[in-house]
Amino acid sequence: MNLTLKIWRQKNAKAKGNFVTYKMENVSPAMSFLEMLDALNEKLVRENEDPVAFDHDCREGICGSCGMYINGHPHGPVPAVTTCHLSMRYFSDGDTIRIEPWRARAFPVIKDLIVDRSAFDRIQSEGGFISINTGSAPEANLIPVRKADADTAFDASICIGCGACVAACKNASAMLFVSARVSQYALLPQGRTEARERVRAMVSIMDELGFGSCSNTGACEAECPKEIKLTNIARLNREYHKAY
Amino acid sequence: MNKILFSSVSMKFVMALAGLFLLLFLPVHLAINLMLLKNDPEPFNSAAGFMSSFPVIKVIEVILFAALLIHLFYGIYLQIRNWIARPARYTTGTRTKVSFFSKFMIWTGLSVLTFLILHFFNFFFIKLGLVPGNPDDFYSHAHALFKIPAYNYIYLACFVLLGLHLFHAFSSAFQTLGLNHRIWTPVVKVFARVWSIGIPAGFALISLTLWLFR
Repeated sequence: MNLTLKIWRQKNAKAKGNFVTYKMENVSPAMSFLEMLDALNEKLVRENEDPVAFDHDCREGICGSCGMYINGHPHGPVPAVTTCHLSMRYFSDGDTIRIEPWRARAFPVIKDLIVDRSAFDRIQSEGGFISINTGSAPEANLIPVRKADADTAFDASICIGCGACVAACKNASAMLFVSARVSQYALLPQGRTEARERVRAMVSIMDELGFGSCSNTGACEAECPKEIKLTNIARLNREYHKAY
Repeated sequence: MNKILFSSVSMKFVMALAGLFLLLFLPVHLAINLMLLKNDPEPFNSAAGFMSSFPVIKVIEVILFAALLIHLFYGIYLQIRNWIARPARYTTGTRTKVSFFSKFMIWTGLSVLTFLILHFFNFFFIKLGLVPGNPDDFYSHAHALFKIPAYNYIYLACFVLLGLHLFHAFSSAFQTLGLNHRIWTPVVKVFARVWSIGIPAGFALISLTLWLFR
């Protein structure tokens, strides 16, 4: 199929960006979105042009690197997939696809479609861990955990930190990400011990880094490629109120 | 201490509590306003007199104003922070499906505030003696106001906007307070919708009845 790509090009963080139009011909529907961008870049390199900078790593939907805003949606219009898993079969011949980087003060653009998501690393480093020496692996059934709690904690823990929640939120809020991190520990006995300190520290750094607040619009849940639920945000609120 | 008072989660918590308190006042106000539909001014004027003289109500009135100011201050402060958090907008716009009215909370809120200021000039400031008028006969004053078409347009528009504001705000407040439950959250959402349509509709009905049928 033949496509028209309108891609945000920005030389560096300080430069002004703009959309540049590229024509792509004979795009296979079997390609992933990133493979289509690879093909574009090969073409640009052959033509001695600067290739489009975009983030990617595992291409298996688990590293969270490949975030970009495609046709008005983080990770594109297909629910619950990352950009690397977005298949070109969801587009039609003759389509125009507009691609932008995440837009948030806490995620400044580095180049083209790449943003600096180290703000999430800062949040993670403030409490996204258990600070005990675990030693060797203990007997699995030594500490009983309710199956429902284990499942909910697991569902929260699959957040890949891609930033789609921030990108989708009108306030550029990181509440879904932080709530997933808080939930995955708060629900398990090993994480409960430091639950108060964790939630205080993570909310504090989240505010400090310039993310917005939660307006409960549900945009983050709607666009999360890992389908992290809004109930986690309610849990974060609950945990935070309990922490003081 | 500053971190607690000015953290986004704390501010939203206080805002939600203040908002819910304001919500509780609405049916009380509506119940009194329904007395305007009677041909006898006595019940309405007595109720209005009771509301402005009973000591317990006076205390609640102070809390009510505090709640209004807190809700307003935090709402505007958080909105400014949210605008700063997204300095560049998406040029493609957004196509994410979201709770529709949640996108306009600041605007619906500020519109209701504008009406509230007008409302204070029409009634509350008369009671305080800041504006000329008879505080013992709000019945006749209200009836006279509802005969002015422009006042009715503003009044009806305000309650449509209030309904839109409450449509999102009511259930959102519970989420902000951390009150989310597998069974009760859907019940709260239904109740919130009934409340956000029913209460403003009640006020609008009084306006329409006095304007068009009296």
